[in-house]
Amino acid sequence: MEYVQGEYRVVSKKNLAKNVFDFTIDAKNIADLALAGQFVHIKVDGFMLRRPISICEVDKENGTIRFVFEIRGEGTEKLSQVNKGDNLDVMGPLGKGFTILPEDKKAVVVGGGIGVPPMVEVAKNYGENATAIIGFRSANAVILDEDFKNMGANLMLCTDDGTMGRKGFVTEALKERLEQGKVDIIQACGPHMMLKGVVALANEYGVPCEVSLEERMGCGVGACLVCACKTVKDGKEYLSHVCKDGPVFKAEDVIL
Amino acid sequence: MADLRVNIAGVEFKNPIIPASGAYGFGREYECLYPLSKLGGISCKGTTLNGQNGNPAPRVAETPSGMLNSVGLQNAGIDHFIEKELPYLEKQDIVVIANVAGHTVEDCVEIARRLENTSTHMIELNISCPNVKQGGAAFGTSCQAAEEITKAVRKATTKPLMVKLSPNVTSITDIAKAVESAGADAVSLINTLLGMRIDINTRRPILKNNVGGLSGPAVFPVAVRMVWQVANSVNIPVVGMGGVSTYKDAVEMMLAGASAIQIGAAIFADPFTPVKVIDGMNEFLDNNNIEKVTDIIGKVQPW
Repeated sequence: MEYVQGEYRVVSKKNLAKNVFDFTIDAKNIADLALAGQFVHIKVDGFMLRRPISICEVDKENGTIRFVFEIRGEGTEKLSQVNKGDNLDVMGPLGKGFTILPEDKKAVVVGGGIGVPPMVEVAKNYGENATAIIGFRSANAVILDEDFKNMGANLMLCTDDGTMGRKGFVTEALKERLEQGKVDIIQACGPHMMLKGVVALANEYGVPCEVSLEERMGCGVGACLVCACKTVKDGKEYLSHVCKDGPVFKAEDVIL
Repeated sequence: MADLRVNIAGVEFKNPIIPASGAYGFGREYECLYPLSKLGGISCKGTTLNGQNGNPAPRVAETPSGMLNSVGLQNAGIDHFIEKELPYLEKQDIVVIANVAGHTVEDCVEIARRLENTSTHMIELNISCPNVKQGGAAFGTSCQAAEEITKAVRKATTKPLMVKLSPNVTSITDIAKAVESAGADAVSLINTLLGMRIDINTRRPILKNNVGGLSGPAVFPVAVRMVWQVANSVNIPVVGMGGVSTYKDAVEMMLAGASAIQIGAAIFADPFTPVKVIDGMNEFLDNNNIEKVTDIIGKVQPW
């Protein structure tokens, strides 16, 4: 386990959709270590606990880390008020990321809502061999679709209300993709119900699957044990911790 | 460079700063940031006789200047501690405090027995965990129960015995006196204060356990008061904790009567906190021409 902590400058800040922000920080020593699916743990002024936010993109060449988050409460609201040029106190990279197969493998990345950002770095690895299935409530909540298109991924965009892309859930698009041909791995992040549906399909089609979970966190490194999640070890139910054992788990190891 | 050494119940610490039980695991998670040998000691995660899963998540809630937790003593059991964690800690040049948290008197006695022939330097008997249904705070909220369990563990171990007290009592000094008379070599306080948060939209408590232990800067003044009261009513060393996050807090708590300091929640905000507190304390002593940190213990001048 290796991570660093320090103050890092915000070099870019964008507002991607209502309450959704896109930050890039100049953090070479984090970028050097970071893997797709890991997270950073960010200190917000005036709040006791850090905010864990998944890494959206790692630029090893330029030494930057990009993360995209949604305002969910007072802490993330305060974080959204940080500006370009300001410094952020960040710990990272933390946790276990997604398995990255050789780039010629056929990967399907599935993201729902604010679960979409970590899938960008995963899909990047597979280029045109990636299928990105991303779902949102409505057109005004759609983020990062262009990022997937630009890297050459086959994009299947879904909205619950049909205001953009296809109408319906990501699971319907995933089923369609699985019917079309061989898939080597399914990797997903999103709401609990979505992950359940994705895992059920992965099992039905016999495709290996990994899911990224979230839980209220404390230390972020596996010391305080607050972010427990139900997992299975040797046939027995066991509480693992999202921060250190995850956030990415093999689908067969978690009880959703 | 001031002399930061302190002696608690015959055990010498190179400095008085100790990560608190439950906040720091067994230290492994922080070794990539700084060597554990910088710390005076480590109070290990509370260990029960057999492993246990603890409470369901969510187990943490943020509060103004603090946090609630309801982990419920998740741990892998005493044998795991002895076989897997202790060998690692033995190599770190640090005082190792095993935190014993049995559900029954017999459990605690058995855990202490198993620790007897290990390299553990000290036992911290946890009679104050607010998050478990059996044992835990039940031992620490009546003088009789506190005395009984301390006596039993005292008989089972030759290691220095520190008893960790609950603040969720009418008179913490009475409990402290009870464990002192039962043979405790030191007391540590305060464990967390029982608290609760409710989501006003779902009308559900944020913690799945409904209630949990409050820690962080919010509890600091309560902790200072209790350390001061206890230090003035017993003759054994008091290890202070509760909301310490800066060297100033640590100095303040030592002036109140603490012989050493444990740090918990502040580590989540900044994992370098213990090291910063040691450095800051050293600088404070130097700037004030105080040669030894022991010279400030209990030196508050009450009105």
